[in-house]
Amino acid sequence: MTTLLLNGAAHTLASAPATRLSAALRDECGLTGTKVGCDAGDCGACTVLLDGAQVCACLVPLAQAEGRAVTTVEGLAATPLGAALQAAFHAHGAAQCGICTPGMLMAATDLLATTPHPTEAEVQAALGGVLCRCTGYRRIIAAVLAASAAAVLAASAAAVLAASAAAVPAASPAAGSPVGITPTAPQPGAVGDSIPRLDGLPKLDGTERFGADDAPADALWLRPIRSPYAHARFSIGDASHLPVRLLTAADVPGRNGFGIYPDIKDQAVFAAGLARYRGDCVAALLGERAAVEAVHWADLPITWEELPPLTAAAAPAGPALHARWPDNILTTGGLRSGAAPAPAAHTAEGHWTTGFVEHAYIEPEAGWAERHGETIHVHGCTQAPYMDREEVAGVLGIAPEAVRIMPSACGGGFGGKLDVSFQPMVAIAAWLTGRPVRAVWSRGESLASSTKRHPASIHAAAGCDAEGRLTGFTFDADYDTGAYASWGPTVAGRVPVHCMGPYRVPYVRSQARAVLTNNPPSGAFRGFGVPQAAIAQEMLWDQLADQAGLDRLEFRVLNALRAGDVTNAGQRLDNSVGLVECLEALRPHWHALRAQRRTTGRRRGGVGVACMWYGIGNTGMSNPSTMRLTLAPGGRLTFHNGAVDIGQGSTTVLAQIAAEALGLPVSALHMVLYDTGLTADAGKTSASRQTFVSGRAAQAAGEALRSAILLRANAGPDARLTLSDGTLRVNGEALHLETTLEGHGSYDPPTVPLDADGQGVPYATYGFAAQLAALEVDLDLGTVHLQKIVAAHDVGRAINPLLVQGQVEGGIAQGIGLALMEEYLPGRTENLHDYLIPTIGDVPDIETILVEAREPLGPFGAKGIGEPALVPTAPAILSAIRDATGAVLRRVPALPHRVLEAIQNGH
Amino acid sequence: MSCPAASAAAIVSLQTIGCPGMDAYLRPLSLDAALAMLAATPGCQPLAGGTDVFPARAGAEVWLNRDPRPLLDLSGVAALAGIGETPAGWRIGALATWAQLCATPLPAAFDGLKQAAHQVGGAQVQNRGTLVGNLCNASPAADGVPPLLTLGARVELTGPAGARTLPLANFLLGNRRTALGPGELATAILIPPPAANARSGFLKLGARSHLVISIAMAAGLFTMEAGIIRDARLAIGACAATAQRLPLAEAALLDAPPDPARLLPGHLASLTPIDDVRASAAYRRHAALVLLRRLVERLA
Repeated sequence: MTTLLLNGAAHTLASAPATRLSAALRDECGLTGTKVGCDAGDCGACTVLLDGAQVCACLVPLAQAEGRAVTTVEGLAATPLGAALQAAFHAHGAAQCGICTPGMLMAATDLLATTPHPTEAEVQAALGGVLCRCTGYRRIIAAVLAASAAAVLAASAAAVLAASAAAVPAASPAAGSPVGITPTAPQPGAVGDSIPRLDGLPKLDGTERFGADDAPADALWLRPIRSPYAHARFSIGDASHLPVRLLTAADVPGRNGFGIYPDIKDQAVFAAGLARYRGDCVAALLGERAAVEAVHWADLPITWEELPPLTAAAAPAGPALHARWPDNILTTGGLRSGAAPAPAAHTAEGHWTTGFVEHAYIEPEAGWAERHGETIHVHGCTQAPYMDREEVAGVLGIAPEAVRIMPSACGGGFGGKLDVSFQPMVAIAAWLTGRPVRAVWSRGESLASSTKRHPASIHAAAGCDAEGRLTGFTFDADYDTGAYASWGPTVAGRVPVHCMGPYRVPYVRSQARAVLTNNPPSGAFRGFGVPQAAIAQEMLWDQLADQAGLDRLEFRVLNALRAGDVTNAGQRLDNSVGLVECLEALRPHWHALRAQRRTTGRRRGGVGVACMWYGIGNTGMSNPSTMRLTLAPGGRLTFHNGAVDIGQGSTTVLAQIAAEALGLPVSALHMVLYDTGLTADAGKTSASRQTFVSGRAAQAAGEALRSAILLRANAGPDARLTLSDGTLRVNGEALHLETTLEGHGSYDPPTVPLDADGQGVPYATYGFAAQLAALEVDLDLGTVHLQKIVAAHDVGRAINPLLVQGQVEGGIAQGIGLALMEEYLPGRTENLHDYLIPTIGDVPDIETILVEAREPLGPFGAKGIGEPALVPTAPAILSAIRDATGAVLRRVPALPHRVLEAIQNGH
Repeated sequence: MSCPAASAAAIVSLQTIGCPGMDAYLRPLSLDAALAMLAATPGCQPLAGGTDVFPARAGAEVWLNRDPRPLLDLSGVAALAGIGETPAGWRIGALATWAQLCATPLPAAFDGLKQAAHQVGGAQVQNRGTLVGNLCNASPAADGVPPLLTLGARVELTGPAGARTLPLANFLLGNRRTALGPGELATAILIPPPAANARSGFLKLGARSHLVISIAMAAGLFTMEAGIIRDARLAIGACAATAQRLPLAEAALLDAPPDPARLLPGHLASLTPIDDVRASAAYRRHAALVLLRRLVERLA
């Protein structure tokens, strides 16, 4: 027994003395606000205070807490300092998905208790042990500094509200932009108002329930068995000696396969005799938790025969990984535009390679399932509940209507939680046993098994005339799609359309192949292959600009797409092409940063620029969303919203849109959120589509309910609605309802499928952006020191500028990782100390400029922002490294030894 | 089930929780008890701050390899706590953490060690991890080793036959290998009194700003008279199986004002860096020299 002072009260715990404190707090005390992200002290999500000092609870044996004071996030609100921090985090948008938030709050509490007025550097040092994958850290730093300045905020809900009202979005309107930011909104939550996220408070007090936080006490435990080999035949013998059940391919009731595409279900739930990547699931242990955890690798009745793994280079000539694709080419996408290139005065070409990039959401995959008669409920973290429903139905061999997906809070996704992971396994186990079954991936399992960003091998060439106008662009790339299809076809489809960037190019030939290998399946990761392509495209532009004697930013202005232009896919863009405005907004920063940069000495400054465009929604295919609003006779107004908020803020933004369209304040809405049993299909949270597509559906639902109300009240279109004390009033007249009024809204963006030459209308609208990166390079060590990033994004309309800014900053942080440090190597970087993502000290000051070139199709003019935020960052950084040193990086991440080698080769 | 620790419990002051086995956890309250448990429970794993023990276990458990060793939790042994000055110099007990080191007023010769302490993991790890544990873990990239080498540190090993001390360079035998014998615990780091005017520094090179395993690191400690280096100690970490002092480089700096140009690639010939996920061997060799030259500049 261990007795400790837990959040001020003595508790005696029965867990074994060697139990990690994090596990004891969660499993025995039910204090699931302490999150587990790695069990290795690498991520800090489990940070608690031990006698006031921050520690990783995963590294503390329970016995060492004997007689000591332990403070968790659940104990914060009771202290003025903790409450002030929570209020500041809320007001500043410092919590997105919320999975790192408890750890951040605890580290900040430790800091402010001893250093009430810290500098930014002190904040970074104190919070440096907690990783965040969503925010880019800048809002967190701002929140901690604000809390220290305003620790007078009392520990009450009123403080939270006061702080919320005081939050000032730092995003600045574009200078000289024809649209700019909407002036201060007339009422809280109106479109254009930076209200704090509506689902924000549970993320701050530990009550939010993520995939691993909630399951029936009697749930069985499921533990996958994964191949340690990249390629191996295996056989499973008699498992009767195991104290638990061993589920294998033979136990799958329905189709033993899943996959994103309806006609490609190539990844088995449990592989049948052949493992195609290290991490491929071959079986699962199922039983009581202690029994499952006692099984040792050596106990498994599995015989392995290792086979030579297929690499991307060898794949086309190698043995077929799947009979269906004899040449190991999953798919090829291409685009042909223009008959012949115009004569070029200058040409540039090059080859670039990128590595696997891991999503590294701080919440590993987790969830549970329970059978209810002939139906099944699956709970847990996901980005795509309706797709999960199809997958679970398929593997169980039942109708989709018999499956209900009930998403938990999602601790980050970024595309990695679009594919199913635990869902089919726990569903099968629960279906077979009739018991609830749960599973929680460890960090190592998550890294080994989950999808990655496609490594790309790109050859690209371009030319321009003497004045710098682009004359042609060719692009040929192999994307390593790994062992299974996942989103490989999407990447191969999206890349050829985007790879020339948002520019006027009279001649384009582009091709992208998705190549099957014995690597982890490459799937969807914020940008679907476009960030890799943008590196090549923008590096070529820099070379051409130099040759043509043009300023690199002006070269882009000269060639930028404008409203009225026709894209290389043959699509005329009549509206909402804000790239030139973005570049013009950056121009003064460009000149100022260039003037300031250090051009002598061994630490050399550089400024880079890069642009991007990004099609919002699926490529040339239907991707509808449906939203619903109801007004019940008692006056209860409910927004039924099936769009999963994985931290990006759709719950808040869609509510703002729906409320605006209806004509009532956001505060009037009750929420029913993403549950396939309760909400209609809003599509997946990916492709930067929720604000645009679901936003339009929400707007339509709001308008439909408004119409129904006005019809009922026989009022004109400009009637004023109010709702208070359960009574709806139209122009001040109470409206009494006998039945529930409903407003349905659906939207499917208008697209035309691409033909064999990549011609069509792939997307209804596009986001545009340009970013600057200012940095210094240590010429002797090759280290890169970021100083500032200025990001100008055309978002059509910022429904909530604070949340848009959060997306921009978070996307930039991931772009920094792609550029400078992230590279997943199977078997070698399967933890978060060998696989590096940016820490709080790696993200510089970010200035966000929002350009609002209204999209007529979008809700109140809005487009998407999730992926656009990341795309230009890596090329802007590489552009700046070249500016500083003359070195052209051909491979990312630009680790110090690669930068130094490039510098040495470049001079 | 027989429980050897229980018999030890009968003769010494200790607190035993469980028996050796799946969940065995031994928590002695004196050094004698700890040694008795270690003798009675071969293969048990000493534990102080847990910042290396738990991550290693998590990594193994990914592939269903559960570490069966019982834990010997030393945190209750008061004699192992603290950092103190003795007639023979400074003694850093086995339970002393990086954070405690940073909070202890120490001569300038320890500045390099403190700079390393600030860069070990995040604040959470600094609050828990111990210097002695860092040595026992014997990672080639252990941040504490280069500055301790320049301080002339020795490691105190205590076993059934009593205590012995080894120079740090002799304690570290290779990647994850130490000279700890059966039944022995590393009980302290002993540092001879540094020269009053010694100054020291540490430079760490990694691919991100916090929570980073070193690509290479350098530690230096100089004693100067009238601007002339009279004692120079330089060490490089993460460029060989264990961190190393560099006698040739040190000799090159002696009896002259600090001058980075005196350090030459040949002075680093004893390093044996490797290619790994963090950097190439050639880069490490190059970076080590750059770091050393910068240390000389900084300490001038």
